Formats: sequence, structure tokens, C-alpha cells
Amino acid sequence: MIGAHSRRSSKYTPRKAQAQTDGLTTSAMIASLDAEGRDTITAPFGNALIELAKTRDDIVGLSADLAKYTDMHVFANAYPDRFYQMGMAEQLLISAAAGLAREGFTPFATTYAVFAARRAYDFICMAIAEENLPVKIVCALPGLTTGYGPSHQATEDIAIFRGMPNLTIIDPCDGVEIEQATHAIAATPDPTYMRLLRGKVPNVLGEYGYKFELGKAKVLRGGNDVLFISSGFMTMRTLDAATALQKDGIDCAVLHCPTIKPLDIETIATEAAKTGRLVVTAENHSVVGGLGEAVGAALMRRGVFVPFRQIGLPDEFLDAGALPTLHDQYGISVSAITAQVKTWMK
Amino acid sequence: MTQLPAQGRRDNVSLRRRAWDIRRNSLLMGEVQGQGYIGQALGIADVLAVSYFHAMTYRAEDPEWEGRDRFCLSIGHYAIALYAALIEAGILPDSEIETYGMDDSRMPMSGMASYTPGMEITGGSLGQGLGIAVGMAMGLKRKSNPAFVYNLMSDGELGEGSTWEAVMSAVQHKLDNLITIVDFNDQQADGKTTDALCVGDIGSKWAAFGWFVQTVDGNYIDAVVAAFDAARNHAGPQPRAIICNTKMCKGVPFLETREITHFVRVEADEWAAALDHLETEKPA
Repeated sequence: MIGAHSRRSSKYTPRKAQAQTDGLTTSAMIASLDAEGRDTITAPFGNALIELAKTRDDIVGLSADLAKYTDMHVFANAYPDRFYQMGMAEQLLISAAAGLAREGFTPFATTYAVFAARRAYDFICMAIAEENLPVKIVCALPGLTTGYGPSHQATEDIAIFRGMPNLTIIDPCDGVEIEQATHAIAATPDPTYMRLLRGKVPNVLGEYGYKFELGKAKVLRGGNDVLFISSGFMTMRTLDAATALQKDGIDCAVLHCPTIKPLDIETIATEAAKTGRLVVTAENHSVVGGLGEAVGAALMRRGVFVPFRQIGLPDEFLDAGALPTLHDQYGISVSAITAQVKTWMK
Repeated sequence: MTQLPAQGRRDNVSLRRRAWDIRRNSLLMGEVQGQGYIGQALGIADVLAVSYFHAMTYRAEDPEWEGRDRFCLSIGHYAIALYAALIEAGILPDSEIETYGMDDSRMPMSGMASYTPGMEITGGSLGQGLGIAVGMAMGLKRKSNPAFVYNLMSDGELGEGSTWEAVMSAVQHKLDNLITIVDFNDQQADGKTTDALCVGDIGSKWAAFGWFVQTVDGNYIDAVVAAFDAARNHAGPQPRAIICNTKMCKGVPFLETREITHFVRVEADEWAAALDHLETEKPA
């Protein structure tokens, strides 16, 4: 039989979803990431763009029929004459953004991460990165942030983009960081890809007095047994896992590394070289080609040889389903992280 | 006629002579490397002569002057032809002809913006130029800059879906400052364009999307001049397309009659023969 890899065979029996009781079983594409009891910040990207636009005439926004789902719509409402609806045409979205940048503007272009990475790659590469134009590509649904299935799960976007010269890659943790990073990437002329959480985005870093700096990894928490190096919302998870593991007597540090490229090798190597800690990278991305492999290779090149483990998504097309279920299933929930670390620390 | 005379160069020269010079510059560059997309260069020379010496506004001594008309070369492999025109326009010095395609040259085989004064975009990955031109035309309108964006593309690029995304978008955004030139020579890498992915009646397709379309003999200078004038002066809000039917290798009969392919093979001794022939047809 052709296509015999089918996930749901004729002998399929439905499983009872564990999360059914708390109403989180939806596989809806646009659900915001669950704040898990934290405060939230509404549309941090769109509102930051409005702030920027107040003082900078060069800021323009574009979207490929996903303004509402990338928080670009709040900018479009505030500055209708500075927003371009490009329609369901990602290659055009990127080409037109390149053309606007050539004429002196700083375009922010939004779509879903899968469409930028997979469909528009050649256009980002040749029209923007090779030309070193100040286009900011900001994309929702990074990694496993939708249960919609592989068509919308950008599990390999960072792997795709890391090979592109000139491109800065940002994977922010929360609403605080998205707001700060939007200002930071607007302040540089570099072509940039930023992953985006949209809607009501958790406020995680507020209590740490955190300040985003391009290209800098920051220690959010010290610890003597494990060093988590994480990016994106996985830093929210590693912070929670560190708290949980404390109860088991495992003392975990968290190094948050939102700039994937250029990587803050100095800080990573310095932290990893502190003796006696297991280094665990954690990313909302395939274990192939993302933060984990970038850190591993950087440490090898620096001659920092330490015990090393990776937490990330498997090299597979992932299932559709509810996010809490999938995060458990693929090992990126807090409980899955703590379980893995406990196994490694035995 | 709005172009400024190129600094330190000949003035009051016929468009036929400009096209002849572009052909000659192209052949000289082809001779340097012993290869090049000479078929396309000879075919498009008349259109480039009209672009740079009739239609476009620019300052040869300041290729990035804000008021210039932008010329996007979507088809990077036509770079040899555009270099020939930029040299004729005084934007590049003719002393650089012998560096074509060499290490450290400002004139690489495929056109790239970061290498060459007057090269507005990096083409070569076909199907990108028109979309970039759309963005530039939107940007010029934002700045209330009255300049035009010209985009030179090929019939082969009509096979790229991204071209049609841009075609629709230019109408959506009423880009009356965008003029695209489609070089229809019916040749792409594997053979005839119409045998590969035939778009049918090209002009009617563009017109159906809402463009102001003209189809002309791209090797008949009077017709090309009239089409560029009509495109610039058209009163409607539509973007403008000029479909130019051109003949590969135009102007060198022994190459014109050769079995035409995308990459025309020219033997080592034939470059000089082609230049010799050209000399016999030198316009006043």
C-alpha cells in the first residue's frame, strides 16, 4: 500500500483526552498560548509597532491575509494608511516588503511561520537577506503552538532560517520580551525573523526585571545541578520546571537565549563551563537544526566538553490535537521536562 | 524626452546608434569570457536603448539620485545587456568591459544590486523582480515621488506563480507608476517557452487582470518608443505592461539563423566575425 505510514489505521479506537475536563482539547489554530495562571499582555507586538510608528515615519506593516492572527490588525487600525494588505500571497508579501525597504522604509511583514519559512524562503533569501535590507519578518504559530497539524506547525522554521546568511533570528519568551524585542529589531538595519506569540500573551519575565538585548543570553536563575539553556516560551517552561525540580533537590539554573542567531556564544560557553552541571537545551522546535544543535556545536568548537541533553520536538510530522496533550506527548510540558531531567540526574 | 544627457558623453545620438552600441558592448563582453547570454542581449538591445535614451530620467553621475526612474532587471542573466546599456549611458565606464565576469569585477555574469552602480535589484531567481518592483512602486507613492519603476522580465517568468501574485497586486494597489516589459523571445532553458508552460495570449491575460497592455515588435524602435510613451502618458490608474516580441541574436544574421537556444554557443572566432558584421551596419 502506498502511503502506508498512515497514523490513523482502520483499527483506530478513539482515546479519551486527558485534558477534556479543563476545556483545553481544542485543536483550534488561533488559540493563544495558555497563560497557566499568569498575567497576560494583549497584542504586545501590534501595540509595540503602534508605539514605534508614533515617532518613525519609515515603519510600515504588511500581512498576507493574516493581520488578525498576527496582531498586525491593531497596527492597521491605528495606522490604516501605513498598512498593506497583500492578500494570500507570501512570495509577494516578501518581495513587496523588499521593494519598500529599497525605497527607505522599515517594513514589518507578518504571516504564519510555516508560510514564511517553507513557501517564501527563496524570496526572503534573495530579495532581503542577500541584499541586507531592513525587513522584519514576524511570524505567528512558531513550533508547536497550534494543534492544527503539520500544515501549520512550524517545527523546523529555525532550522530552515539558520542557514541563511545575514538573517537575525529571535525567539522571544513572552509578552514583555515581544514588546521589547519589537523595538530592538526596529532599531537595527538587519534583516530579521522573529517568532511571535499573539493575542493575550503571558507575562513571565516581568518579575525578573528583564531587559531584552539583541544577541544577548541572560541568566534568569542560578542553580548548581542543571543549566537549562532555553528560548521562546520554553523559558517559561524551564523556569517552572526549575521550581518543580527544587522540591526533588535538583538545583536548576535557567539561561534564556532569545537570539538564536547571532548566538551569544560567550555567555553560553561561560555558563556551560562552570563545572558540575548538566547542560540541557530546551526549545519549541525540532531537535534538528535549532537552538540545541547550535549550542552543542558552539560548545564543541569552544572546547567546552560537558554532559549535554536536548529537550525539543522529535524529528517527525507531529499529530493534530489539543496543545496540552501534544506538549505532554512530545516532551515539552513542564511535567515532561521535569520527568526527563529526573531520569538524567539519577 | 526627459533624460538628462550623460555627463561627458555624446549627445544627440540616434536610438538606432544607441542600440547598435549596446549590441557592440555586449559582444565585446561576450568575447572577454568566450560566452554569455548574447542571444538575449542582442534581442533586447533596442528596448534598452529606448529605456535609457528616450524614456527614463536619471543622472549618470549619481545612479542613486532619488528622482531617478528605477530599472529592475528581474532576469539576472540579462546582466550582460544591462551592463552594455549602463556603459552606453555613462553610469559604468567602458574601460570595465574587459572585466566582465572576472574575479573582483563590478559586472558579474548574473546581475546583483550590491555589485553594480545602476543595478537596482538582485535578479536571477526568476519570478522575483515584479514583486520587488511592486513594493518599490508602493514606496515611491508613499514618498509622493513621481518616478516610474520599470521592470524587465522574460516570458519564462510567466511560469512562476509569484509573477501572477505581483500582477494582481499591482492592480489592487493602483500602481500607475509601474511599467513592466516582458521580453517575449519564446526561449527558456529547455527550449521554447510555449512548449514548456504556455501562457497562451500573454497580452489578453495581463489585460484581464486589469493592466494597460501593449504588444509591440521589440526590435522596431519606433514602435517601442510609441509604446513607452503611451505607457508613461496613459491617464488611467492601471499598471502598464509592454509585451515586446524580440528576436534572439538580432543584428548578427549568422547567429540569428543558427538553431536558437537559451544559451547560444558562439565559437571563439565568431565573436570577431559578429563584431565585423555589426561594423558593416553601423548607424550614423
